[in-house]
Amino acid sequence: MRDRTSTAVLVAQVFVISLMIALFGRLFYLQIADGPRYQEAALDIQSRDIVTPALRGLIVDISGEKLATNKAGLMVTADRSILDQQNDDGKVVLERVSQILKLEFSDVFARTRLCGELPKEERNGCWTGNRYQPIPITKEATEEQVLKIVERSDQFPGIGAEPVSIRNYPSKSDERATHILGYVGPITEDDLNNELGKKYYRNELVGKAGIELQYDEALRGTPGVRTVIVNNKESVTRESKNIAPIPGNHLVLNINAKLQAAVEKELRDSVFRARANGYRGDSGAAVVMDLKGRVLAMASYPDYDLNIWENGITVRQAKELYSERSGVPALSRAIQGSFAPASAFKVVSLAAAGAANYNLANTYNCPSEVTFGDRTFRNYDSKPAGRINLVTAMAISCDSIWYQIAYDEWVRDGGLKPKPNPNDNFFKAAAGFGVGKRTGIDLPSEVKGRLPDREWKKSWYSRNKEFFCDYQARAQKSQLTPYLIALARENCLDGDRVRAGDMVNFSIGQGDVLMTPIQMAVMYGAIANGGNLMKPKIARAIVSPTNRVIKEMEPEVTGKLTVPDSTLELLKRSLRAVVTSGTARGVFSGLQAEVSGKTGTGQVFGRNLDGSAKDDTSWFASYAPAKKPKYVVVMMVSQGGFGATTSGAGVRRIYEYIFGENGKKAIFPNGPVSEIPTIDSKTS
Amino acid sequence: MQTSKSSRRVERKRVLLGTDPIINVSVLLLTGIGILLVYAATRDWFAANGQDPEYYLKRQLLNVIIGLALAYGVTLIDYRLLRAYTPIIWGLGVLGLLLVLIPGVGSIVNGARSWISFPGGFQIQPAEIAKLTIIVGMALILAERDAGAKHPTDRQVLYSLLVAAVPILLIVAQPDLGTVLIISASVIAIIATSGAKLRWVIGLIVLGISGAYLAVVSGEVSEYQLNRLRSFVDPFADPQATGYQLRQARITIGSGGLFGKGLFEGPQTNGRFVPEQQTDFIFTVAGEELGFLGSSLILILYLLILMRAFAIARRSNEIFGRIVTVGVIAWFSFQIFQNIGMTMGLMPMTGVPLPFLSYGGSSMFANMIGIGLLQNVYQRSR
Repeated sequence: MRDRTSTAVLVAQVFVISLMIALFGRLFYLQIADGPRYQEAALDIQSRDIVTPALRGLIVDISGEKLATNKAGLMVTADRSILDQQNDDGKVVLERVSQILKLEFSDVFARTRLCGELPKEERNGCWTGNRYQPIPITKEATEEQVLKIVERSDQFPGIGAEPVSIRNYPSKSDERATHILGYVGPITEDDLNNELGKKYYRNELVGKAGIELQYDEALRGTPGVRTVIVNNKESVTRESKNIAPIPGNHLVLNINAKLQAAVEKELRDSVFRARANGYRGDSGAAVVMDLKGRVLAMASYPDYDLNIWENGITVRQAKELYSERSGVPALSRAIQGSFAPASAFKVVSLAAAGAANYNLANTYNCPSEVTFGDRTFRNYDSKPAGRINLVTAMAISCDSIWYQIAYDEWVRDGGLKPKPNPNDNFFKAAAGFGVGKRTGIDLPSEVKGRLPDREWKKSWYSRNKEFFCDYQARAQKSQLTPYLIALARENCLDGDRVRAGDMVNFSIGQGDVLMTPIQMAVMYGAIANGGNLMKPKIARAIVSPTNRVIKEMEPEVTGKLTVPDSTLELLKRSLRAVVTSGTARGVFSGLQAEVSGKTGTGQVFGRNLDGSAKDDTSWFASYAPAKKPKYVVVMMVSQGGFGATTSGAGVRRIYEYIFGENGKKAIFPNGPVSEIPTIDSKTS
Repeated sequence: MQTSKSSRRVERKRVLLGTDPIINVSVLLLTGIGILLVYAATRDWFAANGQDPEYYLKRQLLNVIIGLALAYGVTLIDYRLLRAYTPIIWGLGVLGLLLVLIPGVGSIVNGARSWISFPGGFQIQPAEIAKLTIIVGMALILAERDAGAKHPTDRQVLYSLLVAAVPILLIVAQPDLGTVLIISASVIAIIATSGAKLRWVIGLIVLGISGAYLAVVSGEVSEYQLNRLRSFVDPFADPQATGYQLRQARITIGSGGLFGKGLFEGPQTNGRFVPEQQTDFIFTVAGEELGFLGSSLILILYLLILMRAFAIARRSNEIFGRIVTVGVIAWFSFQIFQNIGMTMGLMPMTGVPLPFLSYGGSSMFANMIGIGLLQNVYQRSR
């Protein structure tokens, strides 16, 4: 039947035409409608950026001595994408490599693991970069070792070697400056994703802590990028652009390496001295600043050799950095350690008393103890001193005078039912000295301590109310002592209010108030320089590789003390009296330089890991010379015992270095130095 | 002697003039473009490996010349001769399909045992011969009728299906499902065109669909082919193998844009990011280097050939010519759609070449013979 055939042909024709239309439509969609997207995808496939990291700028001290340099190294890397294809995921290969490099296999193995693929507790020493970049096993291989690997490349699939520039901290003056300098490390996914407009390349090293992080942009320079077009075998077919790297700028610090080394040594010795005296002495910090806020030295104990990062950190080293047993060397106590300031805080109380219109020239009674309501507050040594003036009160560190004044002020402000606008002379004075506020030092992760004012109390209460009001059920068994239960009931009742005890404790720098050593230094610096709270500065200037000064860090005032000059004068006299006739007289006797300062011995509640009660925090905050101050020196030893004997003695010896006494050569014979040195870029 | 020679020349001239010029020009243009694309796909690659960059160019040129000669030869064949030769060629084709299944004789390319390799790097693909013999063989059987009969008898239909079924089953065994799909489409088109009862057509369509379903379920479709199907659904499922290939193909075509990167200038092509670029993925070269305009031209040339073929089918007053023409149309159009559709992500991945463009002798020869058949019918219908 002809008709049926014709129909079949027609149907076929319609069908074929629709097939062709489908192809046209799809072609249009791919090439025109969606073309740009595919063009981009194609470019992604074909082009490769070969990034040559820029030579990182040097970090030098104020005399031009190099604190952080670059040196040539041989890097041995592992390519995980190849290793993972081995039957044993490359274990045998890594084992061979560790033998040649004389490294522990477990370290090499850990180093080549991505942090993300490990459980949290096993991440020590893991690789923070990603799978698709060669992972450094070491950067300090010898030529001989590399030759062994390269010559038998069939035995070492996925293992590569190349020359690299490695960051080196030479410690020429025996300084470590661990917490100042920080370190560099591979870029993480967070770095790549987080930064606002900053462009990183995968194989770049970036600052991870300290100055290396804070001034990363200046130090890093601009990496060179060569974009090439590759084929499916990844061989380069042509070059599309080539931008040479621009080396990073150098950074000059206010730090003096020799002083830094001395401060580190004296801090360490002070910690050991505390231990020799039977205290735990777990950690410490020391700061030396000039009156403009330039940080001349800053140490934190314990510290560690920064070179472990670039040399390839071992699992043990990585663990220790954050272990409490080894004192958490990663933590910079100077800016991240908050401690009760204790008597060193009394400068605030004296200013508060002045603001509250107490006659500062009067004498006040210093009994051995005072009682408010049902609580008794004792002097530190529980001894009465009779009627004394405030200079003497500071010198001998009488507590009871400040108890009395603080209590009276508290009552005047309404006690437990505070007036609508309480004077809060103590809180205001503390805030005026920068307590509870970050100093703004040019280092990352500074903490702000704590000013336990009325607002803080309220927020603290709202966070802990439920715990205290349900203490019996929620507290651990060991915490269920009658005293703590009573305390909890009290806290549940009126924990949102500043109580008499809070105020009384606050007046001697105890209770909830916490300060960092750097805050203490800024506070004493303000007293010494006539009332300016300075922003502490580690960096002095950014200097180009050709020694052109790009940016100078000028001193910055962040606040002014509201203390009248007369009070300031009294303060200075008191602080001088501490050293000449007070609590620090013994440890400073014989020192030519005239030092003014204050001891602090802070009680700490809480227990150590082994269950023993914590020892006192030892503080000494000071400046010198007394009449024309040039330096501020603060030392704090955690669980170090008495302020004078531990920290005071340490500060004294730091002054000996500064002024050149007791057989030491003066580090600053003509006062602090702030001229920008010429940097020799060539040598490493 | 003198006169007979000149009269033969006249005869030949008449014959050449008696072919459809649009088809001739389109085929010549397509093969010309194909030669250039094969060259574009291989020159950098061969040059980079220190080999003659014109190797594929020369071989494809030779393929086209032989193919054209074959096409011309077919236009000359008397249909009675077809009758005589077709069973023999069909038998040879089936024999070839049997041979490829013997390990050591048939070589496996892309998971299918579909080639017979001869010494000297020469290979033939018996499935291509089978396509032709199925179309002609079925047409011969179905066109055989008593005077006045309007449709083939059921016995004829059965015989014709048997002619198709033997090679199809052998190709399923390879397994080369792309070719099976194309041949099945031709078979259905041929049965429909023959005027056979509608239930045959419907029955075959149902059989085709359920056969495909059974093949997947029974595991006749290998893991390899399932992977191809899976990566068609989700190109990122298997990024290293087929998914990669399909994604690269799509990106390569898409990046061509309106005007393309210019002949020989495609970075995706020159970087050989798409595997099998000169054969199954030749359309990606067109897409990248010639852009939407050039690729559209190729589609239009195909469309011209197919539309002229439909005209031939319609004009043909004998059932044999009509069946052969529709068979060839179904073959060409499905192969084109399958191949281009695959490169653009419309169809799952199978290893069928693109008519007239892909590098390769067997398929070029088969396609050219197909064109010869169309022209043969064209002449006869004048």
